[in-house]
Amino acid sequence: MTRPSFFGLILIAPALAMIAALFLYPLGFSLVSAFTVPGGGFSLTHFEKAIDLYSTDILFTLFIVILSTLLTAAISIAIAGALTLGETPWLIASLRFLYRWPLFIPFIVAAQCMRTFLAKNGLMNNSLVAMGVLEPLQTTSFLDWRGIVITFVWKQVPFVTLMLAGAMASIDRATIEAGRNLGASRLRVLFEIVLPQVTQTLLVGLVLSFVTMLSVLSVPMMVAGSQPTMMTVDMAFRINSYGDYATANALGVISYAIAGAVAWIYLRHNVKREVGA
Amino acid sequence: MTTDHPLTAPRVAGAIPAFRKLPQTRARAPSASSVRWGGYLGTILKGLGLAVFAFMLFGPLANLALWSVAERWYTPFKLPVTYGLRYWEVVFRPTGDAMSSLATSVSIACLTVVVALAVSVPAGYALARLKLPLRTLLMIVFLLPQAFPSVAIYINVARVFYTLGLTGTIPGVVLVHAAHGLVYSVWIAAAAFAAVDRDLELAARNIGASPLRTFFTITLPLAAPGIMASAIFVFLESLDEFTGTFFVGVPQVTTLPLLLYNASMGGNYQIASITALILLVPSVLFMLFIERFLKADVLSKVGQ
Repeated sequence: MTRPSFFGLILIAPALAMIAALFLYPLGFSLVSAFTVPGGGFSLTHFEKAIDLYSTDILFTLFIVILSTLLTAAISIAIAGALTLGETPWLIASLRFLYRWPLFIPFIVAAQCMRTFLAKNGLMNNSLVAMGVLEPLQTTSFLDWRGIVITFVWKQVPFVTLMLAGAMASIDRATIEAGRNLGASRLRVLFEIVLPQVTQTLLVGLVLSFVTMLSVLSVPMMVAGSQPTMMTVDMAFRINSYGDYATANALGVISYAIAGAVAWIYLRHNVKREVGA
Repeated sequence: MTTDHPLTAPRVAGAIPAFRKLPQTRARAPSASSVRWGGYLGTILKGLGLAVFAFMLFGPLANLALWSVAERWYTPFKLPVTYGLRYWEVVFRPTGDAMSSLATSVSIACLTVVVALAVSVPAGYALARLKLPLRTLLMIVFLLPQAFPSVAIYINVARVFYTLGLTGTIPGVVLVHAAHGLVYSVWIAAAAFAAVDRDLELAARNIGASPLRTFFTITLPLAAPGIMASAIFVFLESLDEFTGTFFVGVPQVTTLPLLLYNASMGGNYQIASITALILLVPSVLFMLFIERFLKADVLSKVGQ
């Protein structure tokens, strides 16, 4: 490699400065605030308080985000698999037209949609009653953890499917044909031939979805009731009601740790793959 | 983005020479009538599955649309009691909250695009064409604000901004949105510059154009569609942004997402639904036309 371009560094400097000022500096600020007491000095008291008050919510957040990620993975694999291996042209065409709709719909709009759709008297229950699937007295509101999970999956499936279907379309078609010709069912071809070739893309999509869902504030606030709730809502509550930055930042650091753990799982998979290759 | 494979691809055994000698188990068909009935059943099942899928996909949006035209809708009724456009009139009244929020949102989004492009066009060019140390690391740095739990970052940005007098101001919100959108603008701008044919620049230099002239008459116009796509991404990202505005913008800056949130939490579902529909329009248009803006040659270079 030749000498790095000094001019290039000047060109990229303003963008880097912006990230430093608006991301790295606040990040450092949150770490300092979480790990020190007002007099100065290292302390874990804020974490004790955060875990004391919000351990249920931390577990609740983990449960929601992990469940949503798993469901997103399952549904995305099903749709992308149907798009790649399907043999019914009209089904593929309609699926391809349909699945992308929520892709760029903002979380807050999705939350408002679900807030009405999943309510006890929302369109979902009303339609099921009208079709005779449910009795009016059997209807329940889904506006709790199930509502959050449904909203997340609704919003993230198109994103993961788009990445996955793109990756599946670019794998060597001959490998699929070979499997089919040898008599393997389409399901077997999907899991034994197609998926192993696109694991990388699937993982990237799922990791990004996981972190996105971990960071969303509007959905848990609008879709679910107050208790239990997700960590993002607790952080906003600590700030807006008590001005308690220390505990909020301790919760923030816990959410960094969760995101970091997921990124680590992803990186470890990558390293393994490279060693294996 | 996804390419269609012709469904007529040869799938009969024997299409691939290596498998020609294998027993053709799949080719041996059961009796004709059972195939036909199996076919009908399969079609019905597929249709049903598709219907359920479409219902889960569009049901929430249909409910939103219904609420926007429902003047009265209460519990025992499955559909609105009276329909009307009264709330649309309330929202689009020139003096209403919604119109001022829309103006705030659009001006913040435009300013965000200007700020983001001003820093990311040079950065994208440098990443695509010039030698930079630790290039991969630099690319990842721009991804961080998106790939990190953002609430904890925003509460601290708000705290820092408070000491600078930037909370509750448009410039404060613009800065937060621009930092969040940089990953799109920098990555897509870098991909757009990387997709420009280097020979064209060299040809311009050969016939005596200065580097600056080459950039402005050759490179920039050729990369313009990609940069346009990144501008749209940043614009939409800013228009839809809720969390950052929630912490940095309150109480003076009310964008459409904040208006939606306040209306919804206040139980005014009509106003919330109409605001949501306004936010939905650019998102859906973009979803339908993204492939026109983001050509495959640029797309294949994103993130590299």
